[in-house]
Amino acid sequence: MTSAIPKKSAAPTPTARERVEREDLLMFINACFSCTGQREFYSDGFGQSVSIDFLHRYILGNYRLLYARTLACGVNHFNQAMIALQLLRTGKDTAPAHRAEENALITRALETLPPHRALHLLERLAKQGINNRRTRALTRAFLSQKKDRDFRAVKYRRAFRKAAAHVHLPFAGELGAFFTKGWQDRRFQTPLFESFRQAHYAAAAVYALPFSIAEGLAAKHKIPHAVFLQKIAPQLTQNERLRLQEVSAEHLGERYAIDATRLPPTQLASYIVSQTEALRSDAERKELLRHALEVSARRAAGRMQTSFPNVACVLDRSFSSSGSNEKRKRPLAVALATSFYLRAAARAYQAFWTAPVDDELLVFPRGPTNLANPILDALDTEPDLLLIVSDGFDNDPPGVAAQVLEIAQTLKPQPGAEKRKPPFVVHLNPVYDVEGYAPKALSAKITTMGIRDAEDIPTLLLFARFASEDASLEELLNHLLVRVKTFLGNATTAETTEVDG
Amino acid sequence: MRAPYSDLVRLSGLRLAPPQVLGAVRLIPICRDEAPGDLRIHRQALSKEGLQRVNVDHQRFYHSYIPHALVVQGIAQGTGEGDEAAFGARFVDASFKEGKHRGCPSISHRMVKGDKNAPNRFRMLPLHLAMEGFLAYQMRGPEIMWSEYTKDAATQGLSPRVETSFSGTWLPGWREALALFEVHPQQVGVMVLVADALASVFVTSHPDDYWSLHRSLIEDFYGALIYEYGLLYPSVAIGETRIDPTKVKSVAELRAAVAQTRRDWTEFGELLSAGLLQREVRFETVRTLGAFTLERFIADLDPNEECHIGERIVREDGTLEYLKTFRLSAAQVRRGHLLKQLAAADWSLEACAELLRCTKDELVRRLSNAGFGYILKPHVLAAAQAGQRS
Repeated sequence: MTSAIPKKSAAPTPTARERVEREDLLMFINACFSCTGQREFYSDGFGQSVSIDFLHRYILGNYRLLYARTLACGVNHFNQAMIALQLLRTGKDTAPAHRAEENALITRALETLPPHRALHLLERLAKQGINNRRTRALTRAFLSQKKDRDFRAVKYRRAFRKAAAHVHLPFAGELGAFFTKGWQDRRFQTPLFESFRQAHYAAAAVYALPFSIAEGLAAKHKIPHAVFLQKIAPQLTQNERLRLQEVSAEHLGERYAIDATRLPPTQLASYIVSQTEALRSDAERKELLRHALEVSARRAAGRMQTSFPNVACVLDRSFSSSGSNEKRKRPLAVALATSFYLRAAARAYQAFWTAPVDDELLVFPRGPTNLANPILDALDTEPDLLLIVSDGFDNDPPGVAAQVLEIAQTLKPQPGAEKRKPPFVVHLNPVYDVEGYAPKALSAKITTMGIRDAEDIPTLLLFARFASEDASLEELLNHLLVRVKTFLGNATTAETTEVDG
Repeated sequence: MRAPYSDLVRLSGLRLAPPQVLGAVRLIPICRDEAPGDLRIHRQALSKEGLQRVNVDHQRFYHSYIPHALVVQGIAQGTGEGDEAAFGARFVDASFKEGKHRGCPSISHRMVKGDKNAPNRFRMLPLHLAMEGFLAYQMRGPEIMWSEYTKDAATQGLSPRVETSFSGTWLPGWREALALFEVHPQQVGVMVLVADALASVFVTSHPDDYWSLHRSLIEDFYGALIYEYGLLYPSVAIGETRIDPTKVKSVAELRAAVAQTRRDWTEFGELLSAGLLQREVRFETVRTLGAFTLERFIADLDPNEECHIGERIVREDGTLEYLKTFRLSAAQVRRGHLLKQLAAADWSLEACAELLRCTKDELVRRLSNAGFGYILKPHVLAAAQAGQRS
């Protein structure tokens, strides 16, 4: 059991180089937790991708080894893929002493990424003409894995073929026939390939294929939605079932059965905030989802083995938490999941929303960002740990939340009152700020961490300790080494495999 | 109906919240803590092209781009919801096509028009009501036929009287600012400042109405100054209130300090809007609806001051229920000022020149530069120009 609140350590005064390195590294880790290159409420997708791309190149150029080790920190999948790509692109800059470690990290990252991310990474390598020995070996090893090979060849046909052709991978088994001209004219022994061929001519064969492939072919055969959705049900993955909840309700009259308790809390919260209006009238479904979110949060909390003391959380539900077209209500979902996660993990917990909510499950993004008053309410409860989940744009009144936090840190206890330490304050920001190359901070004196999933909070609090003034670069580097060891050594570490659903 | 009178435009019953800055645009939310909901305002889309001809009265027409009208409905207390029938509903046969008369202006009747079937509501053309008031100012032209004026000036007055303004869609950053602005739950209005120049104030009666009309602000028109400031200033400073850490000893005192910063922001908002709210304007009653009165107003046309025109609905007890204002550009104020001085001098150029402490030739040139050359005979203009050259 580790504690969520850091203990003070007396570190010697760092040199300028150490300080810059520590700040750069933390900035990068922060960015890698929050940025996904997609449009945000206050900035467009192009700006996001340009900004994060620059940051990657800067860190890669200056701290190559640390850049590679960031793969082990549990950063989000978008950035894992980006790091792998950048490392492979500039393979010849690797110092010989670090080559083995870098290779191991990239290989492991490729294994732990969701298959679609991994295959699209390989496709990008092909598109950008990156074709060094390491890239070839990596692609070969990944595409030749016996277990999922044929399935991936069907589901990600274009990416698979492009990546394989790029590295001159000899097609094993029937892959050659499947990918080359004339594939429609022959019978395959592999059942999946044969179904794929037949499905181009016969509607009945569609249902043996993965959903995303079957969907297009069903449209070709003009299969009615209701029939298709009913018959394809056994092929659906958990994520597809979640995504098709409303579609199935419309065409089949009932939603696909999903075990919502098995979903990661943030993914479930994201689904719940998309449902706010419908849930207002359906009390039974609301209680079901509430229970699922509680169970899911409890499981996520139990896995991390971090003890949280008395926690107060200030959660932003202002209009800007509605995100963008590409990240619909994502900041709000993160806030909701954080609330449930901490309620499950902490000894004592209280939530303070920027505008009061009667029922957290019915929270919707509306109103200004009034952080100052909820922070004051939270301070009244005298917490040990104060977390603020917000995009950092505080406008009611502007800039006051930062001052309140700064002053609260310096307040002396009232005479006669029980002597208490001021709370450890961390600002968790789900939104990457293009101009600052990091999530927007409320104040320079308050530690700000990027957040993608509520499940990452224990990891983020560990890094928050390094970001607050009292940890040295050396400690941070040692911590990174430990994480690398876990990442490479333990194939089933919950922490690394569960991030980003 | 009351005769025209002078008074201040007061934001009675309303409260200013801290501003939100988005680029060059500063938006100050205006909140109403208790809205009885007995006056509701809805948007009614007009023709797709937006080009409208309004028959103001039997003699005068008003042409403009008018994309939407507002329907103001009084809801009697205790009866719950009012009459929900759509205003201006019509039956059309199946062959009717909306875009058939593309390019032709649609025709509206009068700036404010009641509904025969529902006496508790009327339709108005927002801001055009006020603009029409400004255009009609001294439009009848010279009352005494001095020899300098053309015959047309005597028979038709200043017609056609033209003013230009800028559509909200042209204002740089305005669309983004509206989209990103975070509306307060009790918000009923907004004060729009571009580079800290007050552009417009918009107030409705009920928060739900404001919520539905918020995006319609993009369709309004704004003064030239606002457009220029939007181009010239990419951003304005948010401004900051500082809490003095040495004076705060406890969380309770910190809470009081935060409340104080809110009051400071309210004062700041009042300071920025002083050009509208602390100058007397001339009101003209347009229509009454139960306890509510619709009035339009025009500020004293002084070229050295900010001048706003607008319209408002007030309750009997003085509570402001609706307000929409427009900031005249400097050129527009100068034109208004010249007309005012001419009228004061009974349209005599000599007397007016004396009032303005200039020569008659200078006055003629000023009139010509202001765009009123068409009411003067050509030889008068030529003589004035010649006087300048010599």
